This record gives sequence, structure tokens and C-alpha cells, in this order.
Amino acid sequence: MSDALEQLVSNAESAIQNAQDLKALDDLRVAYLGKKGEITQRMQTLGTLAPEERKEAGKYINLAKQSIQTAIEARKSTLDLADLDAKLAAEAIDVTLPGRGQSNGGLHPVTLTLQRIEKLFSQLGFEIAEGPEIEDDYHNFEALNIPESHPARAMHDTFYFDDHLLLRTHTSPVQIRVMKNKQPPLRVIAPGRVYRCDSDLTHTPMFHQVEGFMVDEDVSFAQLKGILDEFLRNFFERDLAVRFRPSYFPFTEPSAEADIQCVMCNGAGCRVCSHTGWIEVLGCGMVHPNVFRHVGVDSEKYTGFAFGMGAERLAMLRYGVNDLRLFFENDLRFLQQFN
Amino acid sequence: MKFSEQWLREWVNPAITTQQLANQLTMAGLEVEAVERVAAEFSQVVIGVVKHIEKHPDADKLKVCSVDTGNGQVLQIVCGASNVVKGGKYPVALVGAVLPNDLKIKKSKLRGVESSGMMCSAKELGMLEQAEGLLTLPEDAPVGETLVNYLQLNDVSIELSLTPNRGDCLSVAGVAREVAVLNKICVTPVHADPVAPRCDDTFPVDITAQQECPRYLGRVIKNIDPTRTTPLWMQERLRRSGLRSISPVVDVTNYVLLELGQPMHAFDLDKLSGGIIVRLAKKGEAITLLDGQSIKLIEGTLVIADQKRPVALAGIMGGEESAVSGTTRTIFLESAFFAPECIAGRARGYGLHTDSSHRFERGVDPALQERAIERATALLFEIVGGEPGPVISKQIKEYVPQRKPVLLRHERLKKVLGANLDASIVDDILFRLELQHVEQEHGWTVTAPSFRFDVESEEDLIEEVARIYGYANIPAARTQAPSVMLPVTESGVTVQRIQNTLIDRGYQEAITYSFVDPKIQSHLYSSNGAVTLANPISADMSEMRTTLWPGLISAIIHNLNRQQSTIKLFETGLRFIRMGNDLQQEPMIAGAITGSALPIQWGKENRNIDFFDMKSDVESIVALTGNTDAFMFVPDKHPALHPGQTAKIVRHTQLNQKDADNRSVDFEEIGWLGAIHPAVGKKLDVDQPIYVFEIKLAAVTQRIIPRFEEIPKFPSIKRDLAIVVDEGISAQAVSDCIRRASTAMLTNLKLFDVYQGKGIDSGRKSLAFSLTLQDRDRTLTDQDVDVAMKEILSTLNRELGATLRT
Ligand SMILES: [Zn+2]
Repeated sequence: MSDALEQLVSNAESAIQNAQDLKALDDLRVAYLGKKGEITQRMQTLGTLAPEERKEAGKYINLAKQSIQTAIEARKSTLDLADLDAKLAAEAIDVTLPGRGQSNGGLHPVTLTLQRIEKLFSQLGFEIAEGPEIEDDYHNFEALNIPESHPARAMHDTFYFDDHLLLRTHTSPVQIRVMKNKQPPLRVIAPGRVYRCDSDLTHTPMFHQVEGFMVDEDVSFAQLKGILDEFLRNFFERDLAVRFRPSYFPFTEPSAEADIQCVMCNGAGCRVCSHTGWIEVLGCGMVHPNVFRHVGVDSEKYTGFAFGMGAERLAMLRYGVNDLRLFFENDLRFLQQFN
Repeated sequence: MKFSEQWLREWVNPAITTQQLANQLTMAGLEVEAVERVAAEFSQVVIGVVKHIEKHPDADKLKVCSVDTGNGQVLQIVCGASNVVKGGKYPVALVGAVLPNDLKIKKSKLRGVESSGMMCSAKELGMLEQAEGLLTLPEDAPVGETLVNYLQLNDVSIELSLTPNRGDCLSVAGVAREVAVLNKICVTPVHADPVAPRCDDTFPVDITAQQECPRYLGRVIKNIDPTRTTPLWMQERLRRSGLRSISPVVDVTNYVLLELGQPMHAFDLDKLSGGIIVRLAKKGEAITLLDGQSIKLIEGTLVIADQKRPVALAGIMGGEESAVSGTTRTIFLESAFFAPECIAGRARGYGLHTDSSHRFERGVDPALQERAIERATALLFEIVGGEPGPVISKQIKEYVPQRKPVLLRHERLKKVLGANLDASIVDDILFRLELQHVEQEHGWTVTAPSFRFDVESEEDLIEEVARIYGYANIPAARTQAPSVMLPVTESGVTVQRIQNTLIDRGYQEAITYSFVDPKIQSHLYSSNGAVTLANPISADMSEMRTTLWPGLISAIIHNLNRQQSTIKLFETGLRFIRMGNDLQQEPMIAGAITGSALPIQWGKENRNIDFFDMKSDVESIVALTGNTDAFMFVPDKHPALHPGQTAKIVRHTQLNQKDADNRSVDFEEIGWLGAIHPAVGKKLDVDQPIYVFEIKLAAVTQRIIPRFEEIPKFPSIKRDLAIVVDEGISAQAVSDCIRRASTAMLTNLKLFDVYQGKGIDSGRKSLAFSLTLQDRDRTLTDQDVDVAMKEILSTLNRELGATLRT
């Protein structure tokens, strides 16, 4: 290769190396390899050489051309990469900025509690039933073995519309409505609003109850204990102690109240459990034969149990809510805690 | 029922601690509500006697006393109490004593006079909430003895919360009976020997209401000493049972009520005329009761009357005129049995509730009257002396409750309890409970004692056996899930699914009261049919909601007042409307939103919530039915809503009805959507727009089970169409027209732009639609589409005066 050609290649290579962008690089390509480029011109001068020289010179020019082409390509890919990097750098964002759009809402804690109870009992084949909230005296009291002058009526603080219509004081009337329409075997859960004419720190005039009952040929108190024990442990997702103590409801006999070991202090005694270590969570018992009589179920053949629990109370214990009235204020700062 | 543990232990004394006793009672169904010390803890308080009293030289109200506290010790104590007298005996807190609230007694000077100790009131010793003056001790109180020993203050008051069936435990004797059963020991009853008459005085008793009052015992006691006071021991027992000492006669009747459970009454005999008549009240009669209130008697109420007028509400409260007073010398004691059915509910009917009515309506032992009157006579004789006459006794035997024998079957016991109790165990329990029983082939014939009103059926017996056996001892049994697969309906949309839709769109579920303020409701619901409570908690919670809006809007206001910028609430529940004789309790779902459309965030211009935000929420609920076409939003008017931003939501009664022409006829109103009328907002004190909706839940809980349709094999063609129409023409009218006019199958029609302003004549608006056309059997050509578009445009022009936007 002639010195001049070598010099040309060397000059070209260093120029290519110094090209700062694709435009400059393209200019160089044109300057060397374009139609009027230096290499092209040299190619055109080959014709003036003698044939034996021509072959030799042609070979060298081609080599020079290849060297320059390789250099251009190498430089181009370097520049492409730099270009992409620059573009990506320009597109960088602050990924710690918060996402945009609508945020989720949520269900009321009482609804969450009711759904939880329903879900647990539905596994054992309990079906959901509902009833009216404005009830009549018959379904709310009479059919449940609470006649007019019964002392238990005083405990119910009933809201009345007239002599006959009232706001149900418990969800137990659903028991009557279901049993009047369906024959045993029955497994029913009845959640809903109930009302008592009472309003203070620990009572709201409206609250939610879940009534449950099961009627079949051999339903026993032992089963009632078993099912509620299982339910309470599953509801609180804790292996807590449950105790049953005798109580009285006109529509069940034997009747019981179930206490759980206090979930706040684990039974050691605290303000929530009045230092007893126990918290009353539900009332229950075996369906009274008089109730069966009212709905036309043969109480000799069938036995059944029923239970009722307050959803707010369970929600308070489950979520640690310390003021019953919060449930009905609908303050977003309260509601959003359960989302 | 509240009583002193010491008193109980006088009757029955099991070897268990107070704590164990309380636990035992609770677990037997006599729930212990509280166990409280009968006095606060204190030390070094002894009985002292005042020897001397001098005036304090520098203070009018203070006295300087010399007090003998035994062992020859005489202390100088400055005292401010008005009831301190020379020779009086009082509790003295010595120097070094510690009283409640950590009050330490030190030697001190009061207005310059030295004082070594303090004489105390019952309040200062934590025995009463309120007390005036020093606690005066009896003349025979031993000077120098500690007060704790003298009054036996190491005692607790046990308070039971008794269920209405256990009237038999409303006395110390009754609780003692129960404790004995639980501990398998015996009761030592307090003796009540008959008191021999000391005079022949009697008083006529006539019972005309025989069913209501089958037993009436009376006794005249004359020449009692009205100046006597109730002995301290009795005052203490009454105090520990939560009763105030009033006068010896009243205190004795209260004491017997607590001890035996027999309510008694004492009349001032001189104020009774002619004789006692137990009868039903007549129309127009009235009585002034002991508590001073005058009541008109309801015809048929059982009363105790004399020849002239009713003198007591039988079993509830005595009358004022015939009451024992501080000058009464001759009394007539009453100890009767009134049937529970005739007292039950009566007291409540008069707004009264007394210790007496509480017991009679639950059932007083019909065999107790004699014992009670003898016990009361003996106590009275001890305290106020006098000359008792013979016991007057009237009884109508056939109306005295008789316990009937009840069969308890061993099999039934086993079936109900799910536990097999040995016959000997059952036998023992029945025996301990004083339930007379005779063994039968399959069980026992059981007769309850006279005091157990609650044992009259086999179930009652089963409960008694289980209770004493211990619920804890009945093993828990498992319930198996039924082996039948329950149906799962797919043609329903669950309320949960609907709730979740709203939650995912940023709504928070609210639960508001079903009774609302009628004033607020009247702004939101103007029709008739609201139902009103007869006895509301307050006027602002007196009307049942006819719509869920009042509660939701109140909740919105609550949160606006707490500076919340975006509030989106929904609720599900019943609304209550009376339609003639029919009371509708209909499940609804409603929402209320206000504030900014999105939570505060970067990079997006925030705007306020508008009608279409909420409409989209409602549409998403409607979409769950899989039958969006059946629903329509029709411009309409509602008194609570903005007249220009109100849609009535209607649904086609027949699902899948295609005949659009008949829509107005066949559509049923299912709800409303709109902005609260600004005038209503103003009345509710809200000055920003609130959007609300309410839909009948039943209208959106049915869904169509999807049917697969072949996916078209040929490509569809999209065309945009921008037209100009009068601004009064609704988008719905235009899209309905497009659908009708399309000759090709229109698979999708979307409105994507609404424009008014520059370039459009005033009074007109531009609407732009995107149309997707499709043919199932072939590829549509541009020509096909052109024809269809031309037809659509010309129909729009003809029917709605629409022109192509240029
Ligand atoms: Zn606790």
C-alpha cells in the first residue's frame, strides 16, 4: 500500500473516531466513500494504471475502503448506543411518585362482620333468611312465647307504631317466619337490623343481630355447644376458651349465655371484661316446645337450637373498637380504617 | 337482687371463698353483676364517746370535743358536725389512721386549737355516697372497739342480675336455698316462731277479687312506740342491700322482703275505715301513692280498699293517706299472695316499678305469707314493742296455685341435652332441688315446690337438671355439614357484588339509622306514606325513612364539617312507605357523593364531581345485570332534585324487549339520579353540589345468564359521525334514531364528543358518534357502509333536524 493511501486510511480512521454524531459520521462516509469521495476517486483513477499495477493497487484501495467502512460501522453503533442512552436518560421518571386515579372504598365494619359470620355458618349448610323490620306483635313476641304481660317484655324496650306494629327487637321473628313456611330439617342464619328504645354510651337505638337456628330430628344442646364453640374460635381466629352458663329466654329452654375468654386481656381481667376475664357474646338455647307449637312443628319428633348475637359487639371485639356509637356516625376517618 | 354475703352465710355457709361463691352463682344462672366491699378500706377507726363539748373560741361552726376512745385515753378533737352531742358515740379515726382516698389523720391545729383525730361520717368511711353529720352509733356500742369489728365491715355486697324466671331467688332465703343445692349442704333457716297475740284486736278482711288474691293475711299491732329507731344491725343490712332506712315499721317490712321474699305492707290502722276489701278498681277511682303521685286507676286494677276508697295498689305501692307516719300507734300488717298474672305488666302500665311488684309479677311463694307475718311481728315487737293481735287469715283455696305433676322422660332428657345422664344423678339433682319425684318406668313424675313458678313443664325440668349438672359437664358435639349440594343461582346478582362494584369505584359503605328527622326527610321526600314511631328516642329520630337519602346526606354533612374533600357514600337497606293498608318495606341501594372527582393527586387537573360521575357508577351497577338495554335514564322532575339535572331511572318490565317504540308504556320506575336541589341544599346548610341516586335493589339483582354468540368471522368497519342538532334534543333520542335507521348491523355505538360554542350556531350543539358496522355473512364494502351512513343521516335530518357537522 502506498504511503499516501495509508495516510488516507489513518486520517479517515481518526476523523471517524472523532465524529460526534451520526450527521458528522455520515459526512465522513460521503467524503470518503461517496460518489465523489476520496476512495471512490481513487478507484476511478485505477483505469489509468497499467494492468499489472492495476490489480495490485485495486486490492489496496479495496482494503482501504473496507477499513474505513468497518471504522464507520463501529463508530455508528457506538453513536447509536449513546443516542439511545441519551434518549432513555431523558425519559427517566421519578418512580416514587404516587400512582394516579380513583382509590378504593370499603365496606362498613358491621357488614364485614356479618359477612364473616354468614361465611362461617354457610360452610355447615346454613342458609340466609331475612324478615321485615317493622314487625307485628305476634311474630316479635307472642309466637316466641312472650305473651303480653310477660316480664321479659320490659327488657326489650320496644319501639311501637301502634298497638300492633313495632320495630323488631331481635331477629328471632325470622325463626317464626321460616318455620311457618318450611318443614325441618332447617339450618338458617338471619342477619339484620334490630331496634331497642335505648340510647346511651353502650346502647344505640339500632344495632345488628344474627339469629341462627337448626331444627332436625336429633338436634341437641351438646351440638349447640359444639357449633358455637367452633364458630367463636373461627370468628376470632384464636383458640380461646368459651363457656356456657344458664340463662333465660322465653323462646328457648334450656337457655344459655356464651362467654368467651376476654380477647383484650386473654382472660387476665381488664376494663373491657369488667375484670372477670370473660365477655358475654351471645344468647342461645333449645327451641321451646311452645314456639314449635306456634309454627306447627312436631316438638316430639323435632328438636332444635337457636342463638342470637350482636354484630356490633363482635365487631368491637374483633377490631378493638371502643365506642359503639362510632358505628353509626359514618365518619370517613372511622370507616376508612376497615378498607 | 343485692345482699350482704354475711347475711347469706348466716343462712348457708359453704367452705368456699367469696370469689368461688360468686363464680358458682354465675355458672348456675344467677349472674353476679357486682361484688363490692360494704365499706372502704380504712384502719384505726374505733368507737369513741363524747364526754364534753365546748365552743371553739374562734369559729362559730366548730366544736371542741373531749372524746373517750377507751383504755383511759381521752382525745381533744375539733369537730364541725352539727349532730355531735354530749354522750354520743361515734367512729373516731385516731392519729395515724388512713381513711379512703388516702386521707392520713395527723395531729393538727384547727383555727389554733389542737385536734388529735377525727370523728367520721358514713360517707368518710366509704359506706354511703351521701351522709349528713357523723355516723351515730348505738348507746351500747363498746367504746374502744374497732368499727370494722363492731359493724362487721369485712363483708361484701353481692348483686345478682336475675332472669325473670327466677323470682324464687329474690331473697336471701332463696339464694341460700340455691347455694345449698350447689354445694350439697343444708340451709339453716332463721327461726320465725309464731308470736302469741297480746290483744284480741282484729280488722275485717273481705276478698272480692278471689282469683287475683287467693290469700290475704293481716294483723293488728297496737300501741307501738313511734319514737324508737331501727337498730343499727338492721340499718346496716338494709344499706348493704341498697335500701335506705326509713322508719322501724317500713324497715321491718323491707327486711322481711329481702330475707324471705315476701313483700309486705303496713297501714296506719287509725286511717282505715271499716275494713279491708281486696277488689278490682272501679271506673273513675283514683289514689295518691306513697311517692306523692296521684294516679287515675284503670278499671280492673287490683286494689286494697277500705270501706271508702282504695288505700293501696295491691302488690305495687301503698297509698299516702293510710301510710304509717311518725305518730302512728296502731298498724295493720298485710302479707298477701297476689297472682302474678294480675300484677304482671300492671306496674309498668302505671310507669311504676317497685321491689314489691318486681317480686309479685315473677311469683311469690304462696305458702310464705304466714311465716313472713310472724317474722315481721317478731321483729317489730323487738324494736317498737306493742301488742299484736291474732293473725287474720283469708284464703280461697281453689285459687291458690297448685304445682301439677310433670313427667320427665329419661329419653327426652337425653335427646334434648345430647348427653346420657345416669338415673341416679338425675334423681339426686331433683332431690336437692326439692322437686318431689316418683320414679316411673321411663323416668320420673315430678312435682315442684310452691316457690318454683318456673317449673311446670318437662323442658323446665330438663333445664333444671342440666343447670345443676353443669352446662360445662355436657360434652360438646360436632355438627356435620349436610351431604346435599345446595343450589347456587347464577341468575341473581348478589348484594355483595353490587357493593363491591361501588367500593371499587371509591365508595365507602355507610350504615345510618332507619328512623330519621322528619324535617330533613320532608325536604327529600314529599309524598305521603311516612310511618311515625309512637315512642321515639327523640323528635329527630321519629320518622321511618321513606328514602335512604336523609341518612346519607346527614353523613355527608357530618364529614363535610370535618374537612373531607371527597365524600362518596352508599348504603343498602329498607325504606318504609305506607300505601293504604299496605306497609312496604323495600330494600334499596342509594348513594350520595360530593367534592372532588378524584382524590387529591399530582399531574392531573382536579375537578368537582358531576352528574356523569355518578351516572357512570349507576351504569356500572346496571351493567351487572347483563341487560343494560333494559334500563333508561329519562329526564324528569323530582322535588328534592335540581330540575335540570334529574333522571328517573326506568327499566323495561319485560327483559330483552326490543320494541323501542313502546318504551314509555312498558317501563317501570326503579329509581332516581340527580343533583340535590340547591334550595334543598340551602335548607340543609350545604352550599356545594351533592349528587344522589337511589334504586330498588330488586331491579338490579336479576341477571341474564350469558348465551354464547359466534364471534363474527368478517371484519367490522368503524365510521365517525358528527352531527349538529338543537340543544334541546337528548343524546338518547339521537342514538335511538341512529339505531333505528341503521340498515347494516350496528354492533357498537358510542358518543365521544359533545360540543357547543364557536363554529356551531347558538341554540344548537354538535354530537359525535363512533359507529361499528358489521355483517355476519360477508365483509362489508365501503359502498355498503356509505349507504347505511347516508340512510342514518337522512333519518336524523328528517326526524330530528340534524345536519352533518362541517
Ligand atoms: Zn379483659
